[in-house]
Amino acid sequence: MSEPIGIEIRNLYKIFGARPLDYVDAVRRGMTKTELNQKHRHVLGLRDINISVEPGTIQVIMGLSGSGKSTLIRHINRLIEPTAGEIVIDGQDVVAMSPAELREFRRHKTAMVFQKFALLPHRTVLDNVAYGLEVQGVAQAQRHRAAMNWIERVGLAGYESRYPSQLSGGMQQRVGLARALANDAPILLMDEAYSALDPLIRYDMQTVLLDLQKEFRKTIIFITHDFDEALRIGDRIALLRDGSIIQEGTGQEMVLQPADDYVSSFVQHVDRAKVVQVASVMQPLTAEAQGPAIPGRANLGEAIRMMSAEGVDRLTVLDQAGRAVGLVPMTRAVAVAAGGS
Amino acid sequence: MLDWMNRFPQMNEETLRNLKRFIDDNFREFTRSYGAMIEGFFDPLRQMLIQAERLMLGMPWLLVLLIVGALAWAGSRSVRLMAASVLTLAAIGYFGMWEDTMRTIAMILVCTLVAICIGIPLGILMARSNRVQSGMNPVLDVMQTMPSFVYLIPVVMLLGIGRVAGMIAVVVYALPPIVRLTNLGVREVDREVIEAADAFGSSAWQKLWNVQLPLALPTIMAGVNQTIMMALAMVVIASMIGVQGLGQPVLRAISNQYFTLGLFNGFAIVGIAIIFDRISQAFGRRLQKHRGGMDV
Repeated sequence: MSEPIGIEIRNLYKIFGARPLDYVDAVRRGMTKTELNQKHRHVLGLRDINISVEPGTIQVIMGLSGSGKSTLIRHINRLIEPTAGEIVIDGQDVVAMSPAELREFRRHKTAMVFQKFALLPHRTVLDNVAYGLEVQGVAQAQRHRAAMNWIERVGLAGYESRYPSQLSGGMQQRVGLARALANDAPILLMDEAYSALDPLIRYDMQTVLLDLQKEFRKTIIFITHDFDEALRIGDRIALLRDGSIIQEGTGQEMVLQPADDYVSSFVQHVDRAKVVQVASVMQPLTAEAQGPAIPGRANLGEAIRMMSAEGVDRLTVLDQAGRAVGLVPMTRAVAVAAGGS
Repeated sequence: MLDWMNRFPQMNEETLRNLKRFIDDNFREFTRSYGAMIEGFFDPLRQMLIQAERLMLGMPWLLVLLIVGALAWAGSRSVRLMAASVLTLAAIGYFGMWEDTMRTIAMILVCTLVAICIGIPLGILMARSNRVQSGMNPVLDVMQTMPSFVYLIPVVMLLGIGRVAGMIAVVVYALPPIVRLTNLGVREVDREVIEAADAFGSSAWQKLWNVQLPLALPTIMAGVNQTIMMALAMVVIASMIGVQGLGQPVLRAISNQYFTLGLFNGFAIVGIAIIFDRISQAFGRRLQKHRGGMDV
């Protein structure tokens, strides 16, 4: 199993058009997307993207359609050439790689899952899952063994000799996931991987991903336009609008301290009781800790349910070592859960 | 006064005559100097044509019928198509046209093979580069619309009358569909699937072989089908420059007004055209089976 590696994106710009390099400086100086489009007929894809993804974490990139999120994820394995900037992975700048280096990098360091699955329709499930290994030059017996293993892990045992068109959307995306995992790459790129699935199947697939992640600790970039999905999957979330990152942080940070009205409008319908952790709203410990206690990582909903069940109006908050570090009164828990601050 | 409007201001007749003579003389000169060399270059193809014809004529008729039946069955899994193909061919033989039919089939097979060997790589090149595509398109247009008699003149001057000249005429005419449809098929491959192949680090060759060609294959097969049809359409014209087969009796029938001879041989051409068409289409459809979600 490969060690997790981080991703460092620095000052990344992407301008679409005939002569993108001519306009980078103007965009750096603050030319807007509208001005660039109307005056110069170039489209601003990404503006000054800086993201640092810790090894072994899930970074969600969120945005509505046209925000540039699919453009951004395609820069990480350079399916799209950046106009300026660097992407450093494992000490190497992806932008500076030669075609041969890039091919090796794609074979061993990254694997990708696509929105519309992008399976090979003329190949069986087994040969689809083995594709990455085949490209690497792994012998057939060995790659089929590895592929079978992953087919079982994603719950498709018995379907290995079917063709993609014989499977439902959810099952096809399991094939897509198995194909990506079979590569044994430390970085997993998921481009709206679950957006085409219906809600129940989507929830199942999120669970599959989170379970696998506990075991394999990949560095995952996960693109979505669904904030609930972002909150459930992401260790951190970056919100993209018109090619710029508006806010980057944990889901809780976004809910409690939205950077601007745009972020607020995104998070206003979120069920805060499920997202906000007790530790982030607790008050200092006054005198002796007493009454029932709750871990700081529990959410407000759990705290409120516990207080009602126990018939108390405050809980002692514990840190990960089990020490009392604060208090959370019922009034505050309810106020924050209901949308206050 | 209006004279200049009624007569088109054409080139001086003297200049025009000299221009034509100049080109003719130079081409004749070129033929004299390089004709032997070019004939040598095409000699392997001549050998191939002769061998193919010998093979088709040497094969027992029962074996030919068996092979055609087997191909029809392999492509379509349909008893009806198999029976119809075998019966059509048998009827052609019964009416005394077996040998000419075998000659024509040999010619068509070699021409189709040559067209595929040239056409598929050209189509792939066209699909990979927009510049190649915009350069090739007018060439293909000329090949399809130029009356074949026109390019028969230089071909016959260079290679003389015979099989090779006939084959070149047929291939020039039958090549465009396979080139165009290969180009189209490769370009039509789903962008996301190509992206997936790239994302997993496929080399250009792996991508072509594992993804683009297999997915373009049904379209390419449609091109092969069209190429066979167009090659058959050229049989009579090719017979004018000495290609033996079903075309020659037709030609004789025209000059001597033998109505029945023309009709029989014409129907024989139509008959083998339909057999080839149905069998190659059936193969094309089989290649598509995984797209529709049919059970294997």
